[in-house]
Amino acid sequence: MSVPRYWRKQQNRYNLKGNRCETCGRYFYPPRAICPECRREGKIVDYEFSGNGTVRTFSVIRTASDDYDMQTPYGIAIIELEEGTCMTAQVICEPDELYIGMPVKRVFRKVVSEGDSGVIVYGTKFVPA
Amino acid sequence: MVGIITYGAYIPRYRIKTEEIARVWGANGAEIAAGLGVKEKSVPDLDEDTITMSVEAARYALARRDISRDAIGAIYVGSESHPYAVKPSSATVGEAIGATPVMTAADFEFACKAGTAGIQTCMGMVMSGMIKYGCAIGADTAQGAPGDALEYTASAGGAAIFIGEDDPIAEINHTCSFTTDTPDFWRREGQIYPSHGGRFSGDPAYFKHVQGAAHLMLDQMGTVPSDYDYAIFHQPNAKFPRRVSKMLGFTAEQIGPGLPVPRLGNTYSGAVPVGISATLDVAKPGDRIFVTSYGSGAGSDAFDITVTDVIESDLFNRSAAPTVEELLANGKYLDYALYAKHKGKIVMQ
Repeated sequence: MSVPRYWRKQQNRYNLKGNRCETCGRYFYPPRAICPECRREGKIVDYEFSGNGTVRTFSVIRTASDDYDMQTPYGIAIIELEEGTCMTAQVICEPDELYIGMPVKRVFRKVVSEGDSGVIVYGTKFVPA
Repeated sequence: MVGIITYGAYIPRYRIKTEEIARVWGANGAEIAAGLGVKEKSVPDLDEDTITMSVEAARYALARRDISRDAIGAIYVGSESHPYAVKPSSATVGEAIGATPVMTAADFEFACKAGTAGIQTCMGMVMSGMIKYGCAIGADTAQGAPGDALEYTASAGGAAIFIGEDDPIAEINHTCSFTTDTPDFWRREGQIYPSHGGRFSGDPAYFKHVQGAAHLMLDQMGTVPSDYDYAIFHQPNAKFPRRVSKMLGFTAEQIGPGLPVPRLGNTYSGAVPVGISATLDVAKPGDRIFVTSYGSGAGSDAFDITVTDVIESDLFNRSAAPTVEELLANGKYLDYALYAKHKGKIVMQ
């Protein structure tokens, strides 16, 4: 990941900053520029998600790219945040502990290190609540 | 009066037993565990470092008391294991708790006392009116070379202590320090593991400086050990703080709650901040706490603290974050091979 790309998404990754449409009440993560339902009538405002959610579905990664190889096997899940929108993230627990409907909460973790001399990317992962 | 506004500790969930480390090196584990008074230690997860632990500790502190992020004027992270040699851990913590951009930040290093040096710096800035709140963090993924005596205790964890003047949960009555140039423990630039002077780290280092700062505090405050309900001393193992507390005249009951080291290990810069957190977890209004940190190289910072009514008021929700006792419970045990993987001790091609 390039440094500017990582940096631009920093607040989304660190603090689950997304947004919501005040017209219809829908939440968006990652943030959207316009509400796909309300279009011109929509009013988009910034919103920081609580970080509480449940596992809607998951997959266990056993063969990963080099940067993530040390962490295998690990669970990647689609998390349904309590506000109603979904996001994809790693869930930190034993793969056999993962189940659909599992309550989870956000934590701040290292996502990837770019070799020994590159930037360290931090972000949000989830643990059992 | 200046004091602690809120606090939070963080300890990773993985553990390794002293006996498991001793098994690998052909040593007598039971004897070592008994000698050090440390039966197990915490181990960071593969994706945890000083920055992630600092963020979690600061977020726990803010869960207990939701202070305005804009009013946090300074963040200092004290550690021997900052993930970057050049790039501040404190700026990432500021970004992750929403305190940026109007704040100052810096990373501190003074072996195991960088966290308490941060508390003193925040106190000075708050008392001078430069900032409203300051955040001092002590955290480490402590390093100890394979087979070295340090490996039995070097653990992972930390705590965040927020300093301010508005309704503190604990007033800091006084602080003082005792510092000399004493080379008992060091890590040269570019080296992975620290070196130490073996037994030299005892009498001329730990005991001289802890006693120096502690006596200074008792003299300046006109107090005696029995005036305090609790005492916290730097804890590289359980033996040193138990011995120095006895030498100074403190009892085993006074140091009990602030001595998590037998189950946590030595969190280096995190040791005293975690000890303060563990004591505040159980303290009642009016309790007086004596604190003395120690950092090799060498120096000690002492604090005289009085817990206020605010700790049990509506302004503060102590149960909104886990206690040190809760963080220590339900550890997940690793064998030495997995521990070596977690600590990056296996060289990968």
